[in-house]
Amino acid sequence: MEPIREFRSRTAVLPYTNIDTDQIIPARFLRTTTREGLGRHLFADWRSNPDGTLNDQFPLNQPDASGCSILVAGRNFGCGSSREHAPWALLDYGIRAVISTEIADIFATNSLKNGLLPVVVDAATGQWLLDHPGAEVSIDLPAASLRLPNGTRLTFPIEAFARYRLSNGVDELGFLLAQEPQIGAYERRLQS
Amino acid sequence: MKTMFQKIWESHEVVAETAQTPAVLYVDTHLIHEVTSPQAFSVLRERGLRLRRPDLTLATIDHSSPTRTEQIFGGAPITIESAALQIRQLERNCAEFGVELFGLKSDQRGIVHIVGPELGLTQPGNTLVCGDSHTSTHGAFGTLAFGIGSTEVGHVFATQCLLQRRPATFALNVEGALDRCVTAKDLILSIIGQIGVAGGTGHVIEYRGAVIRAMSMEERMTVCNMSIEAGARAGMIAPDETTYRYLSGRRRAPAGAAWERATERWRLLPSDPGARYDREITLDGSAIEPMVTYGTNPGMVVAVSGSIPDTKDDPVFDKALAYMGLRAGEPIGNQPVNVVFIGSCTNGRLSDLRSAAQLMRGHKIARGVRALIVPGSQQIKKAAEEEGLDRVFIDAGAEWRESGCSMCLGMNGDLVGQGEYSVSTSNRNFEGRQGPGARTLLASPLTAAASAVRGRVTDPREILSS
Repeated sequence: MEPIREFRSRTAVLPYTNIDTDQIIPARFLRTTTREGLGRHLFADWRSNPDGTLNDQFPLNQPDASGCSILVAGRNFGCGSSREHAPWALLDYGIRAVISTEIADIFATNSLKNGLLPVVVDAATGQWLLDHPGAEVSIDLPAASLRLPNGTRLTFPIEAFARYRLSNGVDELGFLLAQEPQIGAYERRLQS
Repeated sequence: MKTMFQKIWESHEVVAETAQTPAVLYVDTHLIHEVTSPQAFSVLRERGLRLRRPDLTLATIDHSSPTRTEQIFGGAPITIESAALQIRQLERNCAEFGVELFGLKSDQRGIVHIVGPELGLTQPGNTLVCGDSHTSTHGAFGTLAFGIGSTEVGHVFATQCLLQRRPATFALNVEGALDRCVTAKDLILSIIGQIGVAGGTGHVIEYRGAVIRAMSMEERMTVCNMSIEAGARAGMIAPDETTYRYLSGRRRAPAGAAWERATERWRLLPSDPGARYDREITLDGSAIEPMVTYGTNPGMVVAVSGSIPDTKDDPVFDKALAYMGLRAGEPIGNQPVNVVFIGSCTNGRLSDLRSAAQLMRGHKIARGVRALIVPGSQQIKKAAEEEGLDRVFIDAGAEWRESGCSMCLGMNGDLVGQGEYSVSTSNRNFEGRQGPGARTLLASPLTAAASAVRGRVTDPREILSS
């Protein structure tokens, strides 16, 4: 995976709480055996009307949201199913970070496996971002910091190993495979 | 003084966590299915890796599988080509990497979270993972069980381990006793309503107290199953005599001297008296009534006898009610229903089918209502048929199907129509969960069956009063 350092973008905003992974990508699009091309199904039932026409009220369909790589959403983003298709779809669509006041556990883990950054902010910052779609923000992963348009720099919590790994392009499976001597020893202890 | 979670966690640390690195945690049992595993098998192929412990891995087909008998046993084609491809891919992957698979025609097949316990493979003190969020179900046995993504499925394939940070602990005590017609489903819906859909984030919940101790294993599984709907990493219940009685004699449970050794170990698992949890709350089980959801997440729940709350000026609440086509302040019991679904990893076990049948026996399903009864596994289907439950359902006018996830998420084409109301014993009422535009009301098998009979959301006590 390419190292992730610093990037900036205008924000696209979904001002809803508890956005679940069934909204991010509905189950009927999980009948696939690859991880490619899922961006076209991102928020499928919100982006389109029941008759298949474009829902021009949906925030991501607004011209201003085009090209945004940072998504801001209400509390508890990514709750529900463990489908990794959710971060795959977001990344394929062009989203590189999700900002919320709370991000569901499995979704956050899955995102970090793929280089999509779950950025948790305090309530006041979260509300300001929800109220200001299109705000130009930048994210510095090695510093775990978020810079707001007024120049304020906030740090966000991110698991230390994930930060190191993603900042340096370290292969996680490679790291785990290198634990083989310890894993083998653990299994031998179990059998004895 | 340690909690049960702590004991299991520590006994599975291959490498302990540090400030810089997560723990390397050993996985005793890895369950897989057709939807979240193909990308993980691809990683093994791309990197030229073997699957390290096929003997600790078990596969079943559940999410995409048809439930129509003719499509499984009668030679009729599977209607959805992408589902058929996904199933064939799992068959190929399991054959290539030496994983035991309960194939489409196997009498051992079923929903992954039903099959594990049924076999006696889900055991106290073990770690168990699966690429599915309802893996929390297995925590009912005092197992540390949680859902993972496909990348992590690949990690377990290659190393039998996961990199994990230790979650916090949450003791949730339920005291008192459940009233008549109040089930495990009503309890967990009520809990989620009280702590919220993110109330358990970052935590492993341990359910304790008199109500939990009095529950059967099947009821405990229903409670643990929906831990994820409160955002929890896992749900657990300490093993006891109820657990041992359930496991004893099951095909993959230890037997003979191994059983004696295992139970000796298991008896040490419950939390030590005075062990500290990061968070603890106590609820009164006696106050709970049959529950039903009215909104678009499982925390939006009321008593079946109650009314939809009126939350003024909350755009998210308004959006949910607009999707549901329901009005604040209205009694939920007035709501007509189009579809009733009884099944899923939450409520697709034999006791659930018995309770639905108890209510439907001698009744007909209301005109215009479609009721789909889907057993959680082929073993449950067989047991239900031996008891004649299938006849009760068919005589009432319901459809009796082969096992699978079915209408819980509609991946196999078992769908609720646009705008239709479904009373469902499954676990998620998210927008579109049961099909685009479908409106889901979650409830217990008793409430679902009562609603099928009356054609509107119905408190089961109205029918079972005599």
